[in-house]
Amino acid sequence: MSILLRTVIALWTAVMLASAPAAAQDRVKVIASFSILADLVKNVGGDRVDLSVLVGRGSDAHVYAPTPADARKVAEARLVVVNGLGFEGWLDRLIKAAGGKATVVVATKGIKARKAAGDHDHDRKDGHKHDHDDDVDPHAWQNVLNVKTYVANIRDALAAADPAGADTYKVNAAAYSARLDALNADVRAATAKIPSARRKIITNHDAFGYFGAAYGIRFVAPQGVATESEPSARDVARIISQMKRQRIPAVFLENISDPRLMQRIAKETGAKIGGTLYSDALTAANGPAPTYIDMMRHNLGTLVGALATS
Amino acid sequence: MLHDLFIAPFIEFEFMRRALVGSLAIAFGAAPIGVFLMLRRMSLIGDAMAHAILPGAAIGYLLSGLSVFAMAGGGMIAGLVIAIGAALIARNTELKEDASLASFLLIALALGVTIVSIGGSNVDLLRFLFGSVLALDDQTLLLIVSITTVSLFALALIWRPLVLECVDPGFLRSVSRAGGPAHLAFLALVVINLVGGFHALGTLLAVGIMIVPAVTARFWARDITMMIVIAVTNAGVAGYAGLLLSFHAGLPSGPAVILVSGVLYAASVIAGPVGGLLWQAFPGRHLEA
Repeated sequence: MSILLRTVIALWTAVMLASAPAAAQDRVKVIASFSILADLVKNVGGDRVDLSVLVGRGSDAHVYAPTPADARKVAEARLVVVNGLGFEGWLDRLIKAAGGKATVVVATKGIKARKAAGDHDHDRKDGHKHDHDDDVDPHAWQNVLNVKTYVANIRDALAAADPAGADTYKVNAAAYSARLDALNADVRAATAKIPSARRKIITNHDAFGYFGAAYGIRFVAPQGVATESEPSARDVARIISQMKRQRIPAVFLENISDPRLMQRIAKETGAKIGGTLYSDALTAANGPAPTYIDMMRHNLGTLVGALATS
Repeated sequence: MLHDLFIAPFIEFEFMRRALVGSLAIAFGAAPIGVFLMLRRMSLIGDAMAHAILPGAAIGYLLSGLSVFAMAGGGMIAGLVIAIGAALIARNTELKEDASLASFLLIALALGVTIVSIGGSNVDLLRFLFGSVLALDDQTLLLIVSITTVSLFALALIWRPLVLECVDPGFLRSVSRAGGPAHLAFLALVVINLVGGFHALGTLLAVGIMIVPAVTARFWARDITMMIVIAVTNAGVAGYAGLLLSFHAGLPSGPAVILVSGVLYAASVIAGPVGGLLWQAFPGRHLEA
């Protein structure tokens, strides 16, 4: 970059900063890639961050297409908080294209990733088995304890970007982590009450691998780990046979995949359609899952409701 | 063994039976329409119409969610508006029908994508584009079968003017005024069959089951009735074999159906007795035998 250009940009930035209102000036501009991360950042950063989100409530981050407005937001941001583990495949290009000097914060840093679709592997004897090493399940937030790591990563990144607020972030993060501990204990207690023979669920998106591993519920899904792939007749047939064979008591819909297929499977197997589980996106403020903790509590209630009754 | 391969999937699974019924019904409705489209050099118009349906279906979806009838009704209205609009513009301006239809289809497609993305996530759009033959419920099956029934009866009714218009439009114009109405009725049939098809195969592939078997039939018969019989058989076989392929090989079902009909097409291009490559290359051999 030429010196002239640098000078112009520096001047321009100075002008912009000078003319911006004081409040916005010392707030850290943070972008979260999707709604659940945004909720976590809000809880840690509070009023000190100026937060915006790329994939909003109720939208699917797997198949999201960035808009020019998003590129502008990224270019202006100090921090871009992402989930990582391949969840936001489109984001690297967006950040590159947008330019800007944002630090990318990978919220899952330090979390032990699960292989994608672990329960599913024995079903895929064909060539396109998920056997590459980098093919990990990105939905780590479905284990509440992992989210404590998310929160710690977000706290550290915010403190580094805004040292003046480090204490605030520390206090907020500690308070939120305590709430997470309580949530974790509740989930554990509630799932433990379900008879182990009934702890099996079929759902149309295997985003619940971490949840299942942490709380002892088996989630079986007719689709691969990403929502792009269209299920084949073989997938559906296998799921139906499996449900009949293993007497899986409930089939669950998710907010972002084709519900008609689930209804078909439920009809054919006599399983109960258990309700809606939220996995990848929060709902609007008046919906059942406006925050991460609400989402997990809603899912827990739905699961227990469908599985505990015999 | 053969039983396991070809019949068992349909006995064991209700969704396979439904998918088969849906595919066969679509074959009976769409393939004859495809033959007429091909004979009238309108093969690509089906494609245009399929896109034209999208905004209507999208509006239906926005108004009442994933309701079969709202989406089908919206699609039909949009398709008819665009078919008639394009025809009117072609008759009253310098533009040819293909050109006016092309512009209509592109505008409609853009409009459809816009409406879908305003109202819902991108996943909804994918649902429109790819349909799901494995998830046919009672309503959808009923809709598809009704559309096929209506379209077979309607074809029987407008058969004579339609055939005449394919063969000798000038003659038809000199003896009858049925050409115009028959043309409009035919366009309406194209639209409703596409609407029926897109629930099962999606807007992209519904055209496939209409056109590909019809074009394939061209290599096997000169007579229009035979062509239709062959096209329907061909589409039915593609539906059945495509579902089996999806079942045994784990391919997505909609594309599998169209791919099978594509294989039949390729075989016919090479070996079809009417103008196939082999028969052109060795014209004498047939007579020597």
